[in-house]
Amino acid sequence: MTTTVYVPRDSAARSLGADEVAAKLMETADRPIRIVRNGSHGMLWLEPLVEVVTERGRVGYGPVEPDAVAGLVAAGMLDGADHELCQGVVADLPWMRDQTRLCFTRVGVTDPLSPDDYLAHGGLTGLRRALSSDPADVVAEVTESGLRGRGGAGFPAGVKWKTVAGISGPLKFVCCNADEGDSGTFADRMLMEGDPFTLIEGMTIAAYAVGATEGYVYIRSEYPDAVRTMREAIGVAREQGWLGDDVLGSGLTFNLFVRVGAGAYICGEETAMLESLEGKRGMVRAKPPIPAITGLFGRPTVVNNVLTLASVPAILSGGAAAYQALGVERSRGTQVFQLAGNIARGGIFETAFGMTLQDLIQKYGGGTRSGRPIRAVQVGGPLGAYLPADGLDLPMEYEAFAAAGAMLGHGGVVVFDDTVDMAAMARFAMEFCAEESCGKCTPCRVGAVRGVEVIDKIRAGQDPDDNLALLGDLCELMTEGSLCAMGGLTPMPVRSALLHFADDFSPRGGGQR
Amino acid sequence: MVSPGTSVTDRVRALVAAHRGDRGALMPILHRIQAEFGYVDPGVVPVLAAELNISRADVHGVITFYTDFRSEPAGATVLKLCRAEACQSVGAEQLIAHAEQVLGIKVGQTTPDRSVTLEQVFCLGNCALGPAGQINEQVRGRLTRARLDALLTEAVGR
Ligand SMILES: Cc1cc2nc3c(=O)[nH]c(=O)nc-3n(C[C@H](O)[C@H](O)[C@H](O)COP(=O)(O)O)c2cc1C
Ligand code: SF4
Ligand code: FES
Ligand code: FES
Repeated sequence: MTTTVYVPRDSAARSLGADEVAAKLMETADRPIRIVRNGSHGMLWLEPLVEVVTERGRVGYGPVEPDAVAGLVAAGMLDGADHELCQGVVADLPWMRDQTRLCFTRVGVTDPLSPDDYLAHGGLTGLRRALSSDPADVVAEVTESGLRGRGGAGFPAGVKWKTVAGISGPLKFVCCNADEGDSGTFADRMLMEGDPFTLIEGMTIAAYAVGATEGYVYIRSEYPDAVRTMREAIGVAREQGWLGDDVLGSGLTFNLFVRVGAGAYICGEETAMLESLEGKRGMVRAKPPIPAITGLFGRPTVVNNVLTLASVPAILSGGAAAYQALGVERSRGTQVFQLAGNIARGGIFETAFGMTLQDLIQKYGGGTRSGRPIRAVQVGGPLGAYLPADGLDLPMEYEAFAAAGAMLGHGGVVVFDDTVDMAAMARFAMEFCAEESCGKCTPCRVGAVRGVEVIDKIRAGQDPDDNLALLGDLCELMTEGSLCAMGGLTPMPVRSALLHFADDFSPRGGGQR
Repeated sequence: MVSPGTSVTDRVRALVAAHRGDRGALMPILHRIQAEFGYVDPGVVPVLAAELNISRADVHGVITFYTDFRSEPAGATVLKLCRAEACQSVGAEQLIAHAEQVLGIKVGQTTPDRSVTLEQVFCLGNCALGPAGQINEQVRGRLTRARLDALLTEAVGR
């Protein structure tokens, strides 16, 4: 009998040698095996995580280095034998069991490019239900679910869709923002590499709901694996009749294309992304007009993040009420949190909104990787605030974060231990803004450059009081006068560092090394 | 500015033709040119402008806006090291300093023998397994100095 073995193809797993592990397994297996290259379950500290299908279920071994494969095989891994790297049945691990996986339900479980796997695990249920309803009812369902944009701003998805649906016209677009430039975030990438059909299904539902016929997935060039997988998946979906001129025999036309960015963070801002899709420099557009009305090539356009669109199939298949029942306050459903940086157990944790940041980091993340005390946590990417170690008892929810002067953003959590120099991190925030600004407006373009200079002076002890005041003014100017959130929110990490870690800004500061 | 030989011009025209039906085709075309030649020669600007019926200034503007498009060839091996926050929290800056020292160049430069180009990048989506880097498009995680040295040796044979 052939034994089935799973070795992830996710680029995080590949970054630690998953390809070599798969090759070694082929070489050393003592019986016929079939290797499936799945997505990653998201327990990234265990990658490469090899799973062997046994009578008990899928038994995991990890982290497996290529050189360890022969020994594992000799120790009976292919029978699911015990071993120091054996993690037991993967689905039963607390990290997996405690999650509520809607968006990521198939990631890690299936072969990402197998249409049979997709169907066997509930794929297309949402799209079929959508196609048998009125488009307006699909929009209503998404609105009632409470789904808010996962790209950062948290705008209600249904409201945006309704705007696009309300404009009649021969050509409308659905654009997926897969630029995922925030440090500490990788959920978009893992979804595209691990379950691309879900994104395709979500975009097709959006197209049906708003009356669009053409779609684009704008993926950053730093994600070559995601680009390849999405392109292949679109090819498979076309062959299956899930995309094209007669989607599932419904008469719906929806054609989908992948476009690749070229190393510009600002192209994650939706209007800059549209400019880039049009073949131009990624310069931010003034709003209004909003993209829903005047979007790609001036046409009505839905722009949504990967996770927003990939949440839609589950909403349609399970119903708005079930989705809405999860979460707290005005943050409904689940969010795919990403634990990153100096963390013992980093990875993906999808759960209903409302869990505290503290629980996420300690209970699941296991604290720092270095074993030293946590000093700061940045949530929401490079434009998000730094929270101090005693400020982590905060529910993961949009409004609670806003009230704490922070931002949930795309759900990325970056942990720093007590060796971090927060003045250096504040300087980096300004440096990053200076580097990545589109250059359209002065407060951002010039302010960020000045910000770096001023922080350098403060750290060098030059007129610290005057320069701190100047830094405050600069932050104010950027916040008030910038056209988009790049310049507008860069002060958030800077100010939070000043507020919570003032000591680091004195010349003798620089962490508690 | 050297004008590219006819063969390059022909090739660029063929790439434009291959993307004739695409909306906003300039970016995909530039990616194809870079993939094929390793860089975007400034000499292709007038060709693209003429073929796509846009101004040379617009083509030039797009090429210079995006960090990915190079105006000259890179070294045989391209090493990109992540400098974003999550990788900084696990020692990215020290790793970059090490790479600069080992290679004898600064970020953004190519070794005199043109074997390695060292670049910074802001996030590779491998933020739970930092410090992260990319060697010739292959992402690597949990880089230590020793592991980086070994990967460079493997890639360059140095
Ligand atoms: C500087 C900047 C970078 C952004 N980067 C991203 C990104 O990488 N991915 C994303 O989905 N949204 C990003 N956004 C937010 C988008 O502008 C937009 O709000 C989002 O794509 C809308 O989709 P959603 O409603 O589904 O979140 C960024 C915004 C700014 C100002
Ligand atoms: S704030 Fe910065 S990135 Fe945004 S439009 Fe202005 S210059 Fe461009
Ligand atoms: S919008 Fe005018 S300076 Fe920024
Ligand atoms: S911050 Fe380095 S890979 Fe994301």
